[in-house]
Amino acid sequence: MMSRKELDLWVGVFVAIGIGALLFLSMKVANLSSFSASETYQIKAKFDNIGGLKPRAPVKAAGVVVGRVSDVRFDNETFEAAVTLMVDTRYQFPRDTSAKILTSGLLGEQYIGLSAGGDSVNLKTGDTLKITQSAVVLENLISQFLYSKAADSGTNDNKK
Amino acid sequence: MSRVAEILRTMGARVTNWVWRLGFASRFFWLIIAHSGTSFRRFHLTIREVYFAGVLSLVIILVSGLFVGMVLGLQGYDTLVRYGSSEALGVLVSLSLIRELGPVVAGLLFASRAGSAITAEIGLMKATEQLAAMEMMAVDPIARVVAPRFWAGVISMPLLAALFSAMGVFGGYLVGVRLIGVDEGSFWSQMQAAVDFREDVMNGVAKSVVFGIAITWIAVFEGYDAPPTAEGVSGATTRTVVTSSLAVLALDFVMTALMFRGV
Amino acid sequence: MGVIESFVRYNSHFLIIPVANSVSNNPIDLVQVDGVTFAYDKNRTVLRDINMTIPRGKVVAIMGLSGCGKTTLLRLIGGWLRPSIGEVRVDGEVVNNLDHAGLFALRRRMGMLFQFGALFTDMTVFENVAFQMREHTALAEDQIRDLTLLKLQAVGLRGAAQLLPSELSGGMARRVALARSIALDPMLMMYDEPFAGLDPLSLGVIGQLIRRLNDALGATSIIVTHDVTEALALVDYIYFMADGAVITHGTPDEIRASKEAFVHQFVYGEADGPLPFQYPATEYRQDLFASVH
Repeated sequence: MMSRKELDLWVGVFVAIGIGALLFLSMKVANLSSFSASETYQIKAKFDNIGGLKPRAPVKAAGVVVGRVSDVRFDNETFEAAVTLMVDTRYQFPRDTSAKILTSGLLGEQYIGLSAGGDSVNLKTGDTLKITQSAVVLENLISQFLYSKAADSGTNDNKK
Repeated sequence: MSRVAEILRTMGARVTNWVWRLGFASRFFWLIIAHSGTSFRRFHLTIREVYFAGVLSLVIILVSGLFVGMVLGLQGYDTLVRYGSSEALGVLVSLSLIRELGPVVAGLLFASRAGSAITAEIGLMKATEQLAAMEMMAVDPIARVVAPRFWAGVISMPLLAALFSAMGVFGGYLVGVRLIGVDEGSFWSQMQAAVDFREDVMNGVAKSVVFGIAITWIAVFEGYDAPPTAEGVSGATTRTVVTSSLAVLALDFVMTALMFRGV
Repeated sequence: MGVIESFVRYNSHFLIIPVANSVSNNPIDLVQVDGVTFAYDKNRTVLRDINMTIPRGKVVAIMGLSGCGKTTLLRLIGGWLRPSIGEVRVDGEVVNNLDHAGLFALRRRMGMLFQFGALFTDMTVFENVAFQMREHTALAEDQIRDLTLLKLQAVGLRGAAQLLPSELSGGMARRVALARSIALDPMLMMYDEPFAGLDPLSLGVIGQLIRRLNDALGATSIIVTHDVTEALALVDYIYFMADGAVITHGTPDEIRASKEAFVHQFVYGEADGPLPFQYPATEYRQDLFASVH
């Protein structure tokens, strides 16, 4: 029969390493230490086409993750996609910052890239980004390419 | 004609019995909650059961977690390398462990390791009249025997699931980074970029808490309801493992559907 | 018997603890069973119109064959089951009208020895005996220790205090269970088949302990048993039951002299009598030839 002291010791060890595992999961596996949901501000951006952008996609500036997409919905008045971004309060951007939807690698996930502008006033919660660039859709790209090829050959023929 | 009636009667009796047991189980759950005072006032009673449910399950949980993580590392690498994104291995291993495999596999192991032990113990206490003796000594067996075991299970399960996931991530790291040679920096950084604290870690913990409640509830109920014979107790033990495993899988589907619907 | 002597020597210590029965001014009969009928459902009537009185300070046996409802009767007295008709009174309180708290309060003054001891298998002998003191009293640890060793000494097992129940023989386990049931000095002791499955030596020890403890504690004891010789030697009064009803009652001498055929068969252990040796069946000859046709 185990004494109560010994029992307490084992249970204490168990609870300690259990909590240790939880901390490991929150700090090392998830990035609770570097990026916490509580210190963010929200800005909005409208895009003609968001391609495959999903909630929780990263928001990057100069390649560094500065926030996340929190919400994607369709605006029924302007017929555009309304995207809400949560940006870490440590990163401040000028008001005329522009947003692009980019793809990491050829087949990778899509994210939003921010390019800072030159305004002296910074963005604050609730602001909307004015300058946006939509996602590149492969079909549009191909048809554009074919169209310009056709136009090219047309002008070449005329020159002949 | 009489045969059909016989079959109908048997089925009817089964259904009635099943509904009756469900009702009793619900009432029993309420009784446990209502008699939980003792488990917290005299916390050493619960600590003792945490030892039996949690500490004694440690080895199986840690070893299985390590192996599951290592297998995920191997299989994940094999698939990811075809798309040239082997550095996403950390994401694959950690997300599948934290969201699904950690709570679910730890739950299944917990049901067969601790759940069956709880049922067998309570069932045997009933069969050998220990519960009756306790009641005759004016001590409520639900408060003294059942509730501490229930709370010990609810406390142990999330810790075991977290340990399973952490051990699995470590196993994936061993295979992916140490053995295969995925870049260590991108293994961890991609993981951190993709795993969200609230969406993934907390939801995983929530799952394991719910599984812990379900498994221990089934285990204590089956033990308390077991017919007081050797076959009765062994039957109840089997039912605990089967029912609670199915409950874990079904609850996992429901909770996943609720939690990760938007993604 | 050294065990008993040592118990008697320690007996004075028992008087330190207030005993409920010594101050009670309730009726002279501790247990009264009035016209009790008990049925699990319509088809299974276990007890029929039972009347019984158990006076204070006496050791009373309830005897009969297995399955005649003796244990059910104990459970009615302990408030385990509620009679379908009639009432059970213990120390003036109607057991079947008590609520949960009242019943538990009453049970603190009762002790019960289960058929196979029902010791808590996950606790040592010491913890088993100390169980009720820890649950129901605010005694300090050293007081609990003294009292527990005292109870164990009374049954002669102080040396086995740190053993687990699985390490005890059947007779020892029964004695530990006895020590556990007297832990809070109950006013009413109930024994469910205390002699079942014991060797003659342990049987004698248990029998003497029951008698001596009852007299030393000033308690009242009910013994449910089918062990005729032991019961006749031990008890003050006997109720004889058969098929859910009391068929006769009296002192051991009256029972021995009973003219009732069934009692005679039972007491003298005859194989055939009013209670047939054969379980009711179709005629033997008919059964034998049945398979041929």
